[in-house]
Amino acid sequence: MEIFEIITYFLLLALLSTAIRVVTTSNVIHAAISLVFTLALTAILFLMLSTEFVALVLVLVYIGAVIVLFLFGIMITRAPLGKNAELDNDKNKKLGAAIAGSIFLLFSYILINGFDGDVTITSGSSTELLGEILLSRFVFPFELVSFVLLAALIGGITLARKDEALIDEDQV
Amino acid sequence: MTEVLIKVGFLAIAALNGAIIFTIMDVKGASWMQRRPGPLHVGLRGFIFPLAEILKFVQKEDIIPTEVDRPVFKWAPAYVMVSCVALFAVVPLSPTLVVADLELGVFFALAISSLGTIGVLTAGWSSANKYSLMGGLRAAGQLIAYELPLILAVVGVVIQAETMSLVGIVEKQIEWGVPFVVGGQIIGFLIFMVAATAEMMRVPFDMPIGESELTMGFMTEYSGIRFLIFYISEYMNMFILCAIASTLFLGGYHVPLLPTEWVNFYGPVVLLTKTAILGFILVAIRWSQPRFREDQLQNLAWKILIPASLVNILVTAVLKVGF
Repeated sequence: MEIFEIITYFLLLALLSTAIRVVTTSNVIHAAISLVFTLALTAILFLMLSTEFVALVLVLVYIGAVIVLFLFGIMITRAPLGKNAELDNDKNKKLGAAIAGSIFLLFSYILINGFDGDVTITSGSSTELLGEILLSRFVFPFELVSFVLLAALIGGITLARKDEALIDEDQV
Repeated sequence: MTEVLIKVGFLAIAALNGAIIFTIMDVKGASWMQRRPGPLHVGLRGFIFPLAEILKFVQKEDIIPTEVDRPVFKWAPAYVMVSCVALFAVVPLSPTLVVADLELGVFFALAISSLGTIGVLTAGWSSANKYSLMGGLRAAGQLIAYELPLILAVVGVVIQAETMSLVGIVEKQIEWGVPFVVGGQIIGFLIFMVAATAEMMRVPFDMPIGESELTMGFMTEYSGIRFLIFYISEYMNMFILCAIASTLFLGGYHVPLLPTEWVNFYGPVVLLTKTAILGFILVAIRWSQPRFREDQLQNLAWKILIPASLVNILVTAVLKVGF
């Protein structure tokens, strides 16, 4: 158990350093790659808490899809090699610090109050349980979320697509 | 601790060997179909060809151009390699000979296989070369588009098997009597193989590499050992995706009519044979088909494969509930 704890602290330290690098580096691609490592370390921490499903969702959705889309987007717009001075935004530093601090306080308050300080790790698989709960007790919010996603998808298409029939009508 | 080290060593060696077998198969297939004398007749009937290839790349200078983003450029091959090797962890060679029989095996494989895209993208960007950037972007667009049908095609199998563990899926096929490809997942299998070929970036989906127009796509600036890593990972990826396809759809380490008590003995042989047959089909396609145009490629993914796999999921689910 000793070794386990030491590894956990090392992982947390690495997580902190990569997370800080995401916001301090002055190169967009370096920030994105640091974010990959941050998410991967978070996934490893979730694995150590025996919540396989959450860890794999982090890898599949966030690293495999979101970050790849970030990189894709950065590269097709502009991606200067080397440092990018525009990224340093001194005006918003205080605001950012205030927001980060308040979120930290809020989360720690909720975690400490909600679980009374002790963390219970249930043994065995939680995935099956999660699936059953998602499709029985939380089926309405689950469907609602997918509906919102569908709406977002259709919205994206309408914004991006120029309907040729409409354009022709305007010209006439 | 030693157990973990042994498992990691087994993984690396098995994946590398798979890659080398597939390299031999690819070059020998090419020379057989196109009458190239090199890999067919030179040196032990061409079987030492991969060894010569590896030696050549290892002794070459590892050139890093001055304008590149050094750390990103240097580490890009590592992401591709790691994602390929880690994939093999869940493939069962027999009920017991498997590195990790995860309960979420299929999900793990799909999650890990999406990591390679980052390596390809960063390699293309950091090379400071427009051909590389073009190749990287094409690769990313292709990998994003074909990852969806790959995942959706597997969902049908998961519904039919009622488990995500790869050993569990094979056991279900043994219980079923016939592999899933016969037992209702033929469309899923075809979609999976097409999407997997696109994920490997092989002909007819090799737009990102396209030697004739993009020289070598995202690999243009790489040489020596780093190029070798990309090259080996490509074959490793091919080997592992074929192994996963044969596990999910073709019954894995078991063939009907063979006694299940002996599965630990013939399991690896059966699985590797199935993998090699799938691999040979890919080789045959590579050396006889032209390449898809970029728009045809995207149309195939978004307009045909994804709707077809969604219909496949729907039909499988309805039949599952109905019977």
